[in-house]
Amino acid sequence: MKYAGKRIAMLLLTMVIVSFLAFAAFDLIAGNPAEIMLGTQATPEKIAALEAELGLDRPFPVRYGDWLAGFFTGDLGESYHYHQPVWELIAPKAAVTLWLSALSFFLIAAISLPLGLYSAGRTGGRLEGVFTVLDQLCMAVPPFFTGILLTWVFSLGLQWFTHGSFPGIREDFWGSMRYLFFAAVSLAIPRIAMTVRMMKSTVRTELQKDYVRTAISRGNDRRSVLCRHVLKNAAVPVVTFLAQTMAEIVAGSIVVEQVFAIPGLGRLLVASISNRDYPVVQAIVVILALWVVLAGTAADLVNQSIDPRLRLGGKG
Amino acid sequence: MKKKLTALLLLVSLLGAVLTGCGDSSTDPAPEKDPGGAEATARANELTVGIAQDLDESLDPHKAVAAGTKEIMFNVFEGLMKPTSDGDLIPAIASDYHISEDRTTYTFTLREGVRFHNGEPVEMRDVVYSIERCAGDAEGEPLIPALSAIQSMTADDTTLTITLDAPNSEFLSYLTLAILPEDYTEQDTAPVGTGPFRFVSRTAQESVVLERFDQYWGTPAALEKVTCKVIENADSIMMSLQSGAIDLFAHLTSTQVSQLGDDFYVEEGTMNLVQAMYLNNAEKPFDDVRVRQALCYAVDKQAVIDMAFDGYGSPIGSSMYPAFGKYFDESLTNYYTRDVEKAKGLLAEAGYPDGFEMTITVPSNYQPHIDTAQVLAEQLKEIGVSASIQLVDWGVWLSDVYAGRQFQSTVVGVDASNMTARALLERFTSTAGDNFINYHSERYDALFAQAQSCSEDAEQTAIYKQMLEDLTENAANVYLQDLADLVAVRNGLEGLRFYPIYVLDLSTLHWTE
Amino acid sequence: MKRRNGYLTAGLVLTGFLAALILLGFFWTPYDPSAMAAGAKFEAPSLHHLMGTDSFGRDIFSRVLQGAGTTLVIALSTVAIGAVCGTAVGAFTGYFGGVIDEVLMRFNDAMTAFPSILLALVVLSLLGPGEKYHVILALGLVFIPSFARVTRTAFASLRDVNYVKSARLMGASPLRILTVHMLPNTMPVLLPALTIGFNNAVLAEASMSYLGIGAAPPDASLGYMLSEAQGMLTRAPWYAAGTGLMMILLVFGVGLIGEGLQQRNRGVA
Repeated sequence: MKYAGKRIAMLLLTMVIVSFLAFAAFDLIAGNPAEIMLGTQATPEKIAALEAELGLDRPFPVRYGDWLAGFFTGDLGESYHYHQPVWELIAPKAAVTLWLSALSFFLIAAISLPLGLYSAGRTGGRLEGVFTVLDQLCMAVPPFFTGILLTWVFSLGLQWFTHGSFPGIREDFWGSMRYLFFAAVSLAIPRIAMTVRMMKSTVRTELQKDYVRTAISRGNDRRSVLCRHVLKNAAVPVVTFLAQTMAEIVAGSIVVEQVFAIPGLGRLLVASISNRDYPVVQAIVVILALWVVLAGTAADLVNQSIDPRLRLGGKG
Repeated sequence: MKKKLTALLLLVSLLGAVLTGCGDSSTDPAPEKDPGGAEATARANELTVGIAQDLDESLDPHKAVAAGTKEIMFNVFEGLMKPTSDGDLIPAIASDYHISEDRTTYTFTLREGVRFHNGEPVEMRDVVYSIERCAGDAEGEPLIPALSAIQSMTADDTTLTITLDAPNSEFLSYLTLAILPEDYTEQDTAPVGTGPFRFVSRTAQESVVLERFDQYWGTPAALEKVTCKVIENADSIMMSLQSGAIDLFAHLTSTQVSQLGDDFYVEEGTMNLVQAMYLNNAEKPFDDVRVRQALCYAVDKQAVIDMAFDGYGSPIGSSMYPAFGKYFDESLTNYYTRDVEKAKGLLAEAGYPDGFEMTITVPSNYQPHIDTAQVLAEQLKEIGVSASIQLVDWGVWLSDVYAGRQFQSTVVGVDASNMTARALLERFTSTAGDNFINYHSERYDALFAQAQSCSEDAEQTAIYKQMLEDLTENAANVYLQDLADLVAVRNGLEGLRFYPIYVLDLSTLHWTE
Repeated sequence: MKRRNGYLTAGLVLTGFLAALILLGFFWTPYDPSAMAAGAKFEAPSLHHLMGTDSFGRDIFSRVLQGAGTTLVIALSTVAIGAVCGTAVGAFTGYFGGVIDEVLMRFNDAMTAFPSILLALVVLSLLGPGEKYHVILALGLVFIPSFARVTRTAFASLRDVNYVKSARLMGASPLRILTVHMLPNTMPVLLPALTIGFNNAVLAEASMSYLGIGAAPPDASLGYMLSEAQGMLTRAPWYAAGTGLMMILLVFGVGLIGEGLQQRNRGVA
């Protein structure tokens, strides 16, 4: 329990650093939201007036403090560009990105874990080489390229989904899932390859260790040794890796959402960066980062329950 | 015990993974074929239009900046007068109008039975409010500077009389300004007008939904519902058309059009934009007229049109496009003909015998402008000018280039907000707030002032033509063309009409089957 | 043993071939990559145009060579920045440990908490998009934490190894110990990390170009060309095919080298 407490304290600390970086970074971006909002009608007086209205004329620490406090009160401010509460703007899109990531994560876990185990068990053999090459090849294809090909085949060719008309999760859940599925596949392919490769090497390293040989030579069933000891020990790095995967999926979705014209956080983020809609960008960045850090913390906690010795190591 | 439990859990989850993994590893769960979702909605008398950029943050028509916003919101708002596809003005919210002999007094009769989308009837006080709002009487700075010509306005329940301080033949065009209800405060987010379509909803970066306004005073729209889908990623446009997600997309390139396939036909109109490589006249080296002229001599307009647009498009030579008829001066088009030697000579004279490096800033969501810039960069190479292209997002373009004037050159199209020469030419007077190229010519400013005080139409036209010559002679910009507007239309959809201004009229579109 | 070297050899041959091709592209291409020809639009691949032509009649093969050059320059510079700075941080924190280690690693955690592309987006927005050097700097910064993490572990594990201890006893300066004694021994970890970093850089740059904020024309990289190719997929599928093939093979070749290196390490261990 003490470990969990320490881990959560670390999480908070990390989030404070992240939020500060996010705030500071966007505060420094050359370009003035007041100018953008006024567009062609900008005059120095109007800009000054709007800056005052938006509170942009207050000193940096004050604005940061205000904003951070807003996170705890659930008030993420108002979008400069859309004059809507940021939370209202983000929530429906976050749901889409969440589902896309979840679907993709599920695909990765469902395919790579058994595949990794299977390939770890089969040392040598002619297929081994083919497998490794295939693995490397999958990692070499950028997700957006896979996405373009998938769209071409499954939307324009087979018409299994209609590119550009995402039904909306609330309106048509299964239709949305079908649409997201193809995006999830293009996100998942390289990560599956990486996870399989990672699992293979972890399990193999584990299998070479003395205790396994001893256990087997004592007459234990090879399979039961694999399940009881090897998997448990190999699970730790795999869980950590999967947490990283979660982060990478979220990042990858920014690009893939663009390919599939999915109205998620990624598209909103890219557009908001160009509109310099600070409140939206900052909120999205912090939410995505929180997601990543949470995944990392969860992985650590899981690992720690698998192998309590990790508690002693206690470092990041 | 706990260890065992964990191990068991792990095993179960792995097993689960294996089982589900088998089901999923073949990437095709074969969902049943979609029976052409787009076609189904089409028969439902609905339409999905693709648009290249999200609308302005504020949907208030008096505050709208971007041509793309006005293009769509044209269907929601109307003024006392309304433009037709022939370039004429017809009464809309006014049922009738009268202009006095000396062209200083305008009298309008309010049309009876016109309603706003919120059900309220249009009253004279709404008309007066809307005009005053644009003239800035209530809120300070005028939204439309031309309205400052109004000396007085008198109104009763049915008649509005506007008196100008001087005769003005262009004034009527400005009364196309949208009439809004006086007591309504949500124009920014839920606009209310009187047009054939009413605004229903908007989702940021995604779509704008319009529905037919059933209490419209005029001919009602044929379609019940129109969804405007925002597709900012140019590469996504073709796929969205081909997949059936959208039924209509305007402003395509010829390359895009050539890939459409059998489901579409193409309508060709004119974009009604002055496409040019706009040069920042205050920025080195373009503060030297010889350099600007050199660029004009280096560029072959027709080659640009042939290369990037397969020959669609009409070359222009000044800030005026052919749809304007009486102001358009054909002779300016070929004022500069490609002459590499002459261009090099001018550069040498200006102190750049070996050319120079420059940046062309282009908004990244407009493929036609990107393609144009690429061809221009190639042509400029021949006179030793090496141009690099910087793609920026629309928002950045607006703030840095248009409002901030921090740029060297940019390829875009500039539109006219109404059918007056003033709408195109006022911006190049040296004090104009939207003179983003920092053009400065005393002759031009004087001519503009003269044109404003001129009451004779023919005389005024002649002065405007002189202003156009001034722009050409001083090579204010490298003028290119009025782009052809290639519109992809799904088969079965008919009734598209082109206007001489940058709008998309949705009211006449209808499905034939 | 033979098979292990097989990956390395195959990877080196493939990468070497591509690198030679790209290097050649810096000095000579079959056509001027930006020369347009109105009469040669959308030509299918042929002996004249190995990968066909695009909407301006430009030779795609020449453009691919040039684009791959841009990509290569960006990826290599990115990795160089990430590796040098990351190793410095990793060496320092791994060797000395203590409070600075804790603080820097917390900071590192915060940095890695930003998904890579997200961070690059933020940095690039700060610097101004569309400029090759800005892309390099943004990606380079993004890659520092991952290199720092990898090398920190390696340096920390070497800290108490006998030869390091004895070097310390003999009074060698920390800088000397780190660079002369420890750095060469981190190579088994560092080299594969370099290949992975290179590939990540290529793919990340491609993603950023796809989003329209990477290197812009005329400095077009493979990523930008791919996004351009998407717009004419039905008219000129060879554009996407040629460009995609180049990128995939490049990443694949370097990936094989990495695989070979790692397997060799495992053999040694």
